[in-house]
Amino acid sequence: MAAAEGGEVKLIGSWPSPFVLRARVALNLKGVEYEYLQEKPGPKSELLLRSNPVYKKIPVLLHHCKPVCESMIIVEYVDVVWAAATRAILPADPYERALHRFWAAYIDGKLFPSVVAIAKDEPKMAKVEAVEQLHTGIKLMEEAFERLSKGKGFFGGDAIGYLDIALGCFLGWFKVCEEVTGLKFLDEEKSPLLVGWAERFCSDEAVKDVMPENERLEEYTKLCRAFAAD
Amino acid sequence: MAPPSADLKLLGSWASSYTHRVQLALKLKGLAFEYAEEDLAEKSPSLLLHNPIYKKVPVLLHRGRPVLESVIILHYLDETWPDVPLMPGDPYDRALARFWCHIVDDKLGPAVGAVFASPSEGQAAAVEQVHENLRLVERELRDGAFAGRRFFGGDKIGVLDVVLGCGSYWLAVFEEVMEVKLVDPEAFPLFHSWLRDFEEQEEVKAIIPAIDRLLEYARGVRQMMLGLSSQQQ
Repeated sequence: MAAAEGGEVKLIGSWPSPFVLRARVALNLKGVEYEYLQEKPGPKSELLLRSNPVYKKIPVLLHHCKPVCESMIIVEYVDVVWAAATRAILPADPYERALHRFWAAYIDGKLFPSVVAIAKDEPKMAKVEAVEQLHTGIKLMEEAFERLSKGKGFFGGDAIGYLDIALGCFLGWFKVCEEVTGLKFLDEEKSPLLVGWAERFCSDEAVKDVMPENERLEEYTKLCRAFAAD
Repeated sequence: MAPPSADLKLLGSWASSYTHRVQLALKLKGLAFEYAEEDLAEKSPSLLLHNPIYKKVPVLLHRGRPVLESVIILHYLDETWPDVPLMPGDPYDRALARFWCHIVDDKLGPAVGAVFASPSEGQAAAVEQVHENLRLVERELRDGAFAGRRFFGGDKIGVLDVVLGCGSYWLAVFEEVMEVKLVDPEAFPLFHSWLRDFEEQEEVKAIIPAIDRLLEYARGVRQMMLGLSSQQQ
């Protein structure tokens, strides 16, 4: 079993977080057994504060009690430590790796803030910009998919890879954005490749049991907004 | 001396610490390359073609294909030319190196930039932010992951030295231009001695511009910023 080679593995997380989902998908892809420590709402746990004193954020992977922080750093770490387990998450070719990393950084730097702005119901101008940014971003990701997938099902080719994880874990939140704005972000007309990819990603064995259900995410969003409005 | 390799071309800017990171990595790896200085006020068609999203330097062209974002370029160089590795071998050490590179770009860099950009009322808060971030680094050097090491990479410069070092020279520049104390050797003894050792390395001396040039540049930018803000009042 994958865990026996690696030793004790724990993941500190929280169910709505797309970043935590990234770590969980990576661990699932490698068949790693791990203990999932769900952070409760309210004050952060002692373990989290001790394990990630710089950012105090989830996810944190604890491997032999040593913390690894930042979702895509966790994904790379899991890929290397459990390299023997299944196929690699990162591509073998250095140039492809650079492309996967570039787009993952783009997602975190540009797409993620626009998702937050839409879901949080920021003031109007910020929201208009956020919607535009999200549309632009999805168009770029559609082009990136065409280039990187080379006709196969995922950014990583035949199976889920690094960039699939980086983007795929936002799919639940894209749906929430669609609900909130009444707009279509992943669209059969404008982003047909990503629509097909999204279905494949969400139904993958490594993803389907850990992807939060839509209704739950929507309820969570409503609660956050109500809370913020008070 | 061998002519520059046609295979590697770097689009950069002389005052950009992100460009310096790549230049230093190329030098440490002994890789020949062609360098093209970008006028950031009038970006070249090549830069706009190869980095349409961010339109920034550095851009590394390898066999004509662009690699973007300085830290991603460093990883690319390391993976394509594994001799003289910048990244540590152990997976956990690699994760730590990546994490601290992220902290440099996410926290420390912007905090240092904010000191430079702040109007005088905001100075004290901006300086305190830099100190808070330097304390994080100092703590790791003292009793954390990098305790007892001369460089973050160990006996030799590694990726985190390159990422943190290329940029840390701005601390001395801003100290003079802004008349603030950023790196008190008594408050940050380990950071101070690391930086001194880093700047003494031959490869680093060859890359980092002369302090006079940096001072002149910084003074010019600061004047411009103050001029702009007084116009806005």
